[in-house]
Amino acid sequence: MTAGFDPRYVKRDFASIGTRPLRPDGIDKVTGRARYGADFNMAGQLVGRVLRSPHAHARIRSIDTSKAEQLAGVKAVITAADLPDLTDGDAAMYDILDNCMARGKALYDGHAVAAVAAVDARTAKQALKLIAVEYEILPHVTDVDEAMMASAPVINDGVFTDGVEPKPAKPSNVAKRSQFGHGDVDAGFGQAEVIVERSFRTEQTHQGYIEPHACVASVSADGMADLWVCTQGHFVYRQHCAQLLGLEASKLRVTSSEIGGGFGGKTHVWAEPVALALSRKAGRPVKLVMTRDEVFRASGPTSATSIDVRIGARRDGTITAAEATLRYSGGAYSGAWAELGAMTAFACYGLENVRTVGFDVLVNRPKCAAYRAPSAPMAAFAVESVVDELAGRIGMNAVDFRIRNAAREGTRSSYGPVYGPIGIGPTLEAVKMHPQMQAPLKKNQGRGMACGFWFNFGGQTCSDLNIGMDGSVSLAVGTVDVGGSRASLSLVAAEELGIDYSQVRAVVADTSSLGYNDMTDGSRGTFSSSMATISAARNAIRIMRERAAQMWDIPVDEVGWEMGHAVALGEKNGNLGRLSLKEIAAASGKTGGPIAGHSELVADGAGVSFATHICDVEVDPETGATRVLRYAVVQDAGKAVHPTYVEGQYQGGAAQGIGWALNEEYIYGRDGRLQNAGFLDYRIPVCSDLPMIDTQILEIPNPNHPYGVRGVGETSIVPPLAAIANAVSNAVGVRMTHIPMSPPRILAALEAERAG
Amino acid sequence: MRYLRPLSMEDAIGMITNSAGTVAVLAGGSDLLVRMKGGFVEPDLIVDIKAIEGLSEIRETAEGFSIGAAVPCAVLGEHAALRKAWPGVVEAANLIGSKQVQGRCTIAGNLCNASPAADSVPALVAAGAKALVAGPKGNRTVPVEAIPTGPGKTSLAKGEIVREILLEKRPPRAGDAYLRFIPRTEMDIAVVSAGVNLTLDAKGAVTSARVALGAVAPTVVLVEEAAGILVGSRLDDATLEKLAKACSDACRPIDDKRGTIAFRRKVAGVLARRAAAAAYARAGGK
Ligand SMILES: Cc1cc2nc3c(=O)[nH]c(=O)nc-3n(C[C@H](O)[C@H](O)[C@H](O)COP(=O)(O)OP(=O)(O)OC[C@H]3O[C@@H](n4cnc5c(N)ncnc54)[C@H](O)[C@@H]3O)c2cc1C
Repeated sequence: MTAGFDPRYVKRDFASIGTRPLRPDGIDKVTGRARYGADFNMAGQLVGRVLRSPHAHARIRSIDTSKAEQLAGVKAVITAADLPDLTDGDAAMYDILDNCMARGKALYDGHAVAAVAAVDARTAKQALKLIAVEYEILPHVTDVDEAMMASAPVINDGVFTDGVEPKPAKPSNVAKRSQFGHGDVDAGFGQAEVIVERSFRTEQTHQGYIEPHACVASVSADGMADLWVCTQGHFVYRQHCAQLLGLEASKLRVTSSEIGGGFGGKTHVWAEPVALALSRKAGRPVKLVMTRDEVFRASGPTSATSIDVRIGARRDGTITAAEATLRYSGGAYSGAWAELGAMTAFACYGLENVRTVGFDVLVNRPKCAAYRAPSAPMAAFAVESVVDELAGRIGMNAVDFRIRNAAREGTRSSYGPVYGPIGIGPTLEAVKMHPQMQAPLKKNQGRGMACGFWFNFGGQTCSDLNIGMDGSVSLAVGTVDVGGSRASLSLVAAEELGIDYSQVRAVVADTSSLGYNDMTDGSRGTFSSSMATISAARNAIRIMRERAAQMWDIPVDEVGWEMGHAVALGEKNGNLGRLSLKEIAAASGKTGGPIAGHSELVADGAGVSFATHICDVEVDPETGATRVLRYAVVQDAGKAVHPTYVEGQYQGGAAQGIGWALNEEYIYGRDGRLQNAGFLDYRIPVCSDLPMIDTQILEIPNPNHPYGVRGVGETSIVPPLAAIANAVSNAVGVRMTHIPMSPPRILAALEAERAG
Repeated sequence: MRYLRPLSMEDAIGMITNSAGTVAVLAGGSDLLVRMKGGFVEPDLIVDIKAIEGLSEIRETAEGFSIGAAVPCAVLGEHAALRKAWPGVVEAANLIGSKQVQGRCTIAGNLCNASPAADSVPALVAAGAKALVAGPKGNRTVPVEAIPTGPGKTSLAKGEIVREILLEKRPPRAGDAYLRFIPRTEMDIAVVSAGVNLTLDAKGAVTSARVALGAVAPTVVLVEEAAGILVGSRLDDATLEKLAKACSDACRPIDDKRGTIAFRRKVAGVLARRAAAAAYARAGGK
């Protein structure tokens, strides 16, 4: 932590924070000038292409690349042999390496087995066809429940379930068992007057970012390397790529491009180590851009789940016990996705007796990646469905039932920590008063609501703030701007310095220009970088006060800072007036040189986040088609730095949740191959599928941030699956337990109900 | 790969018959280019028919309408007389893709692409549309349902090009309608679809009917039995229920990523019933 920086919240009146100026990256984005991953080019650059396994599970007997290498225009062909294992016992890194290029076994349809670099795309494509791979096809399993059965083919015989005592002697597809909770659950169920128990399933979804993974890699003969890449975290990419390729981190400079969506999917390396290895072998820069088919088959996705929930309550509406068993697929590698589900499942409630058990399961599908509040939406779907049903069985209003059981300041959360000031209660109260709750419902229409929680994260952050000689300010940050953070951070710099937003320009600096930064994940971008920006600005102000003291020839402790000016304090300095930032900057060449403020810190105390959503739907009982009529998001932002982008995050999470709830799913055939690796049959919502999503920002200050800011990026995707499932269930009178609630699934449920 | 853009039908046919490799006719390209980009087809020769004289026109004749094979679907939607006479055909064509896709795509291309889920085809079959086919041996006219023979397959011989789609002149009190089921609101592929074309007598009783279903079999299903049920009726509820059942029974669907057999059967009946009601109202029935 930067010396002397106090991150605690102090109530104040804001000049810039809370205003809605235009974003600095907007014009370039709408005119097509902004440079995304595939928009970088270098002289002599080659085209990289990856050969992928068509099999769900197969031993690679041999790979013959000789014919491809002989093709004119091919400059390099690589296999796993060109990416030797340098992970030195780091199991997580080994999995990343194996996922980048299969080593011995192909573990899913789409797993990379070889790659080429050629002078053009045609040649590269042709070269892929000339690579001969001999596979021995192995039995596969793609379903999470089937993968847990004793009869299932074991995907990795080095996996022995973690978290059980004694450690199993036989390998299985269960990577990990995790458990959370407190109290006496059995006794709690003994006190319950009504108990609801149900099982749920959710299918695997993809983050669905519009920009595919893309990078240009250049490794020079002297070991200097550059990578231009679309990523949520260029410092992390540098670290991973350097480690996997045996490069020194400081010799690899990574520059992040503009990003066409990430949602957690661009926090992991896939193509980048391959592009670097191709460039190293070919001795020329290599551009590697994934196709949409590759993005679906080999990047992302989130877990498919199977979840059992049981909740008991007294007739007065008090929950006496709650438990859940959560099984999450992690793709063909070990993960901690179920663990996150088990932690978040009951986080909205203050419970005396609660227990969750998570099972992380390997299946022959692509390695799962984070997806916006990873694992929480599915757990919330299962829990909030049962909460709704239980309220109904007791005869209590669904909102009141939740208010009665909501967590509050001082509640011990189901995953351990005791909460500080939190927003679940206020979001529920706001929902109760929301006009949508009064909107009349017609035949075949239903209303649902649900709550959601996310931890939020802070992490390592580093920023530089430079005062130009003309008094304008440049801010260099290390967190990639995924959702408008350059605008927000410029507002923060303006606020702290007391100048106008238009005088600040924020850029995302490359890895050679700043110290290490964690990724833009965990809703940390604005939270942590605003803290670093405030700290850097305060450091710059200290220097400007010193310069003013020098210009006035008075001691520095007699100089204060107000509204963008140094002010001389005290009676005796009364005639000195004020010196503007601009005047101090103009004189800087004579008062000690350039003026800058730096900040390096670990942003602790991110402050948990809660939201409650309301959804109204209409279901066509003859076709099972659902139309979302109205949708409202109420979420605590701590303090909304740039309210428009906070609202954008709320709406975006809801939109993605609507797609997930109604139509999006990975569909595998019996052969273990993905059947819908494209936007035609992987159905994300189009504009006309969505109503205008109403948003309401609550501001319950985070005590651990100078302005009270909390992260807002992820929580908005947690309630939608449950809110929509509750709405659909209320519309059709049948409890929907399988997501997505696609028309065939809804119609089948209705027909089953009609048949009795 | 070669790209040619002939100005006459004779030249186009000649280019194709003289070519030794694989040839693709290019109209709007909204199927062909997507398939080429996906690596599913790599034609040696592409013959673009958009510059061929007369192919980009809609003509109103004594017999009805003749729609050139290169007319984009958006243009159909802007043709007032066509829209009035054949609202079902036009609404089907204007469901294809999006505004941008409709600016390019053609109903002849939709037909020749031979997808079981093509939107305009059930409407054209219900309308009794015909295709005028030009080829090395001259012209022939066939019912549109004779063109697709299975998914991706047509009855067109090498060098044959659909020149025009022909729609009859409408008698008074006639109407057609097309409905499709998609899980989203647009930019999607029909999971099931139904086209219905009706003619009524002065009292509102149906005198002739054609009912066609899409995406429930390898090619469009013309449900003769459904037509029989409608003729003579005034579309009372009992008739509509019988129609729905006949349509559900006529389906030969498959289970796939877009829908199940049970779903397609059920919804085919629902859509046929709804489309019949819409066509009946358009024909002036009450
Ligand atoms: C984003 C998108 C959305 C779409 N949505 C839909 C939809 O909602 N509903 C739907 O039905 N389709 C949809 N399609 C598919 C496509 O747009 C339609 O099938 C369209 O009608 C094809 O017409 P075209 O003129 O573009 O055909 P082209 O691509 O030019 O040709 C299609 C095929 O027919 C052949 N062909 C074309 N014209 C002739 C001719 N005159 N004689 C002989 N052979 C010929 C071609 O060789 C090719 O094999 C969509 C496509 C895209 C890209």
